[in-house]
Amino acid sequence: MFEVRIHGRGGQGVVTAAELLSLAAFDEGRYAQAFPSFGSERMGAPVVAFCRIDDREIRTREPIIEPDALIIQDATLLHQVDVFGGCRPDGFILINTTKSFDALGLGDFVGAFRAERLLTVPASELAREHTGRAVANAALLGGFAALSRAIALDAVSRAIRERFGGAVAEGNVAAAKAAHTWVMDELRELSGATPA
Amino acid sequence: MKAPAIRFYQTGSFAVGNRLLDPEQRSVQAGEQRTNSITCGHRACQGCGEALGARYALDAAMRATNGQMIAANATGCLEVFSTPYPESSWRIPWIHSLFANAPSVSTGIAAALRAKGREDVRVVGQGGDGGTVDIGMACLSGMFERNDDVLYICYDNEAYMNTGVQRSGSTPPAARTATTQAVGPEPGNVFGQGKSAPLIAMAHEIPYVATATVAELRDLEAKVQSAMEVHGARYLHVFVPCPLGWGSASKDTIKIARLAKESGIFPVFEARDGEVTEVSKIRRQVPVEDYLRPQTRFAHLFAPEVRTDVIARIQAGADRNIRRFGLLGSGADKEGAVLVGTCADQRTGTCAGPGQATCGLASKAEDHEAGR
Amino acid sequence: MPRQLEGSRAVAEAVALCRPEVICAYPISPQTHIVENLSRLVKSGELAPCEFVNVESEFAAMSASIGASATGARAYTATASQGLLYMTEALYNASGLGLPIVMTVANRAIGAPINIWNDHSDSMSQRDSGWIQLYAETNQEALDLHIQAFRLAEELSTPVMVCMDGFILTHAVERVEMPTQEQVDAFLPPFQPRQLLDPDEPITIGAMVGPEAFMEVKYLAHAKQMQALELIPEIAADFKDAFGRDSGGLIRSYRVEDAETIVLALGSVLGTIKDTIDELREGGMKVGAVGITSFRPFPLGAVRAALGHAQRVLVLEKALAVGIGGIVSANVRMALAGIQLHGYTVIAGLGGRPITKASLHRLFTDAAADRLEPLTFLDMDWDVVNRELQRMRSSRASGPHAENILRDVGPVAAGPV
Repeated sequence: MFEVRIHGRGGQGVVTAAELLSLAAFDEGRYAQAFPSFGSERMGAPVVAFCRIDDREIRTREPIIEPDALIIQDATLLHQVDVFGGCRPDGFILINTTKSFDALGLGDFVGAFRAERLLTVPASELAREHTGRAVANAALLGGFAALSRAIALDAVSRAIRERFGGAVAEGNVAAAKAAHTWVMDELRELSGATPA
Repeated sequence: MKAPAIRFYQTGSFAVGNRLLDPEQRSVQAGEQRTNSITCGHRACQGCGEALGARYALDAAMRATNGQMIAANATGCLEVFSTPYPESSWRIPWIHSLFANAPSVSTGIAAALRAKGREDVRVVGQGGDGGTVDIGMACLSGMFERNDDVLYICYDNEAYMNTGVQRSGSTPPAARTATTQAVGPEPGNVFGQGKSAPLIAMAHEIPYVATATVAELRDLEAKVQSAMEVHGARYLHVFVPCPLGWGSASKDTIKIARLAKESGIFPVFEARDGEVTEVSKIRRQVPVEDYLRPQTRFAHLFAPEVRTDVIARIQAGADRNIRRFGLLGSGADKEGAVLVGTCADQRTGTCAGPGQATCGLASKAEDHEAGR
Repeated sequence: MPRQLEGSRAVAEAVALCRPEVICAYPISPQTHIVENLSRLVKSGELAPCEFVNVESEFAAMSASIGASATGARAYTATASQGLLYMTEALYNASGLGLPIVMTVANRAIGAPINIWNDHSDSMSQRDSGWIQLYAETNQEALDLHIQAFRLAEELSTPVMVCMDGFILTHAVERVEMPTQEQVDAFLPPFQPRQLLDPDEPITIGAMVGPEAFMEVKYLAHAKQMQALELIPEIAADFKDAFGRDSGGLIRSYRVEDAETIVLALGSVLGTIKDTIDELREGGMKVGAVGITSFRPFPLGAVRAALGHAQRVLVLEKALAVGIGGIVSANVRMALAGIQLHGYTVIAGLGGRPITKASLHRLFTDAAADRLEPLTFLDMDWDVVNRELQRMRSSRASGPHAENILRDVGPVAAGPV
């Protein structure tokens, strides 16, 4: 089982992100369970959503306490909420930001994790470029697909198209692909390979 | 459809002269074609205004709907005396659910009929003042707001009679009830704001609102007929004296209802879409004292001393009704149909005097001059 | 065909397949997505003929359902928590009148203190209302149970509530098999009422019944629930034939055959329990689980048969009978009358407190070693409790409990879970 925790703020589509991830896994013929941590509907408040992916039926209903992966949609949460709590040392962490880990104040922290599993991606900017809005959730999933290989980019695109329609879907699919490419390039750099 | 104007009244008893009318103008007590929606054998008290009102209203509704009608009843006197287990005096399809939900049950019935394509079958919801004005107000308002196709009839005997005459939101000022007893420096019910369900209904701007009394049964029947000629939320408020609760003689029920109208205590009118369209004028105005005296629920206003102060306040309330609804004056019933704004003192009903600032309600200059 | 759907949406679509004719709905978290989805289906014309009535309160919702059902319409509504309480009078009225209304209860805690998260206190508070109560373990079962519920309700002429854990199930997106309209039509015939408000054949419904007949009328409600003990398994068997899966029934057993310790619970927590049991079984513990699907009528015989051979039974419940302890465990105890075994009541998950595998591990291990008290509160912060008790002892004007405790614990929902 692969467990993902997504952090963000109300209004950023965090719950939708978890749902999209589960749709993508479903499209690949796998089982997935997505659910939010629930609170009253309020814009701007910290929101957490979860997604489990497995090849067989998922029975458990507990919150995800030791995620295999974290997606952080809003970097302003980093020092306000314990977003990293429980994350495994070999976990994947993807942060939506234009800043580096050092600039985020996480320079020391990242030392405990595997470098090729910790990445930042300017997903809001990519989203704005391709959709006109800085809603980064779908873009981040494209980046996540590249980082974790837990899900294929194709499946993410299909899920986006199923969930949204028309131009909104296409814009988000483009943003997801752009983020995917970004992350792939980053990974290649980290491993010392020359960029394609 | 307007009730035919009745020009002959018996003096003394105030009975409407049935014998003096043409046969087609008479209120019919019994006949082969009559549904007797609530038939004999029910356990109502002798002289019960509600039994009389319900019988006439529902039979009129059955006539108006060709017998295609379902009724929902709130808990209360009518429900209790009409269904003493194991008997039922109802000859129409009838459901009693709870105290507060007759309007909602009616909504559900209407929705079911709509879903089944049976909108030819009409729905009547009914209850007493307690179930309508107090505990049922939320459900009633919801039904109004949605404009559900329901005619709701409130039989107002001004207290929770079934449970032993306790005060309701409809109990008039100074009235004695079991929970507003005639003791202390201000015996009887307080002078509160009152709660006019007809005005509340009008505030919802529903297609049809009317008030009626059991003193004018043809008028009541005509109003039920009018109500059934339109669709949407409709409300009928019927004044029904209760001999037991009011301490009046059982033979005086109709007389007291007439006195309520003739004194201005109970305005009789029709309204459509939030505007008064027709008013039943006072024929021979009587002072409120004439209305109060026959009821021992007001006995403390007359003994051990006459409480002229309280009676005056009650009179002021009646006078305000007369002004607001245009209950006096000659001319066709259509006149005086507008609720005129008043700059008079709201509580005592006396004009604040020409030239005084208005109290903010819409007011025409000439009304102000006339002291209305 | 399999779909990846939010639980609420799955339930709404399943209810729509049952061809309800009148839906009266008032919104309350966490049921809102169910009624929103149904309103869309009615408004678009996909679900027709159907009247969707936006009522002004839950009391009105159940009351309008009563009127609709008595007029021969298949009636449905949904609520939770405070809303269920607000319609309590009407619940008893519906069951007393024998009207086959189906209602979803999206289980949520009852305040004060106000809390929107999941537990079973709402439906448990109405266990004696005369309604049949079915608890869904998964979203698949939730949607399946609604289809079975209409058939059950209309056969017996008694109302049925389908309980599903609020948020945990209603707001979880997961894989479900959605039946086709043809399948549901074949399984669920049109509503044939036992009583009907009909101008062509007028009847009186809702008359007063005095001491000479009340006991008999009331008993009939009980008799119908006793019939349900037979009918529920029959309907579940028919369902399996028609739709190809196990759903519903009275109880469900998991690895109990040689179990010395059996855990009993209702609702979605059974999934977490099963995962825990699998892990403990790998370590050699002889532990199994029983899930109760039909809580009312309570399947005394089936529970006794399933539990009777164990050495100990742990009842994990998401509701608390203040002043005594467990609710489900009291019912279970009745089933086990005369049988000697250790019984443990564990109150867990109140107000949405997560029930984790780690805690269940410890709990079941303690139970197996008979280290538990008869009544346990899982993952309780006793320091916080004791501090508040101390406050009460030291001053009469000790302040409101909830606010005092929140000051100790920190802001609501501040953490990641």
